[in-house]
Amino acid sequence: MKFSMLPSVFAQLFKKPWTNKFPAKYAPANTTKFLKDVGEGKAKINPPVEVPKNFRGKIQYDKEKCIGCKLCIKVCPCEAIEFKPDEKKIKIYVSRCCFCSQCNDICPANCLSMSDEFLLADADLNSKDLIVE
Amino acid sequence: MKQKSTTKTTYQIPVGPIHPALKEPVHFEFEIDGERIVNANVKLGHVHRAVEWASRKRNPIQILYLAERICGICSFCHPGAFALSVEDAGDIEIPDRAEYLRVIHAELERICSHLLWAGVAAHEIGFDTVLYLTWQVREKALDLTEYLTGNRVTKAIMTIGGVRRDITDDMLPRVREDLEYFKKAFLKLKKAFLDDKTVKMRAQNVGILTKEDAIKLCAVGPTTRASGVKKDVRVDTSYFAYGDLDLDYITPDIITGSVNGDVYDRIIVRLLEVKQAVELIEQCLDIMPKGDIVSEPKLAKLLNQLKKIEGEGIGRMEAPRGEVYHYVKMDGNEAPFTWKVRAPTYSNILPWIPMLKGEQIADIPIVAASTDPCMSCTNRVGIVKDKDSYELTKEELHKLSIEKTRRLKL
Repeated sequence: MKFSMLPSVFAQLFKKPWTNKFPAKYAPANTTKFLKDVGEGKAKINPPVEVPKNFRGKIQYDKEKCIGCKLCIKVCPCEAIEFKPDEKKIKIYVSRCCFCSQCNDICPANCLSMSDEFLLADADLNSKDLIVE
Repeated sequence: MKQKSTTKTTYQIPVGPIHPALKEPVHFEFEIDGERIVNANVKLGHVHRAVEWASRKRNPIQILYLAERICGICSFCHPGAFALSVEDAGDIEIPDRAEYLRVIHAELERICSHLLWAGVAAHEIGFDTVLYLTWQVREKALDLTEYLTGNRVTKAIMTIGGVRRDITDDMLPRVREDLEYFKKAFLKLKKAFLDDKTVKMRAQNVGILTKEDAIKLCAVGPTTRASGVKKDVRVDTSYFAYGDLDLDYITPDIITGSVNGDVYDRIIVRLLEVKQAVELIEQCLDIMPKGDIVSEPKLAKLLNQLKKIEGEGIGRMEAPRGEVYHYVKMDGNEAPFTWKVRAPTYSNILPWIPMLKGEQIADIPIVAASTDPCMSCTNRVGIVKDKDSYELTKEELHKLSIEKTRRLKL
């Protein structure tokens, strides 16, 4: 079979490309400006592929519910959780988090959950977006 | 090794640590005579990450995620084997349903891994259209993994005494649909790989590992099965639910009728194992009982239980590349006393030498890739002193040991 790939090739010619052009169809000349425009509502972002149901994204923390039992610190594999002794609450460094959601499983007060948010790249490890408290 | 006394002199070619065949660092030293490889030598130790050392201050639940990061492709096998070893040490019973769920995840991982390897192998011989064809199928397998576990690579599905997430009834149609797709894709891939002139030209009679060598050098996994050795932990020891399932050793003579032990046979074995994995998942879905998925749903209680374990445990599992072996010793503390990992590639490195001898330089990438090596899994010891890495011989180690005894006496 010398030309067995031809059917595939022709089918591919007329198919829509699989790649989702996220966040913009063409790479913007200035990314920071593009993101600023998006923030002001001037430009529109091409939506990302939807995440699955059980996706483990950035951690969410309900401070009111937390009882300060420190169990999450005990199971966290990457020491991403810090205890604040005077408040008896926790502080989570998302830059260290490995998204295993083990803390969600052990939490007796159900104050931790995983969100859908996955755009967590940042130049500063300790930026405000990457610390949950 | 000594050179042979011929009139022509051989010359040395170093390949690596950045190697064309591998995405990971390993260093080869080849002794070349013209185009032929006379001798080969392998050096390891470039990606040692002290994973076992890091386990000394973590409890078994935390180590599961450490084990998951030993290898990105075997992110179920390593925590799986670790969980098996802890369960062995602590006599923890696993619910039936969890055993089947573990098989499903292990086999799904095998599909991903073998398809990844098949794509890389096609790329190594310069057949990039097949690389894209294979990885198109693999993408589907990764999507299914994401659907079942939440993430594509680091699954975080294993826990001690079961699995963390169930496959509910509403997920089944999607799983079955994807399995049908894999079956169709398997036929397509089988044609693309096994009937193709280019693949046959480059893979047949290249990198031969004889049955005797495979047994002598303790090769594991598809590498040894391609040489006709019937060795598969799934059949031999039947961990998880494999004892209830219908499976047999995959050897290349199922298709070709004979065993050569060349690269082509390794392709056959891996492709057939993809088909076998799909069938195993189907069997599991059919006979999986209802019930619990973990032995102890309360994690705090489980942690307490794990703290009390005293003793040794062994976890053996058939990873996509072969047998992975975890040894753990618990001494009643939170962290294990010791944890030792032996990844399959460790056993598959020595067979490289008989495989590569007598081959051409251009065959190095495909032959080296044909054992599906994973260097990050394998690198367990690395010695760095004064910023120069060096190796320790037996005598030196003995001398160091004596010195330490003397030091302690003082």
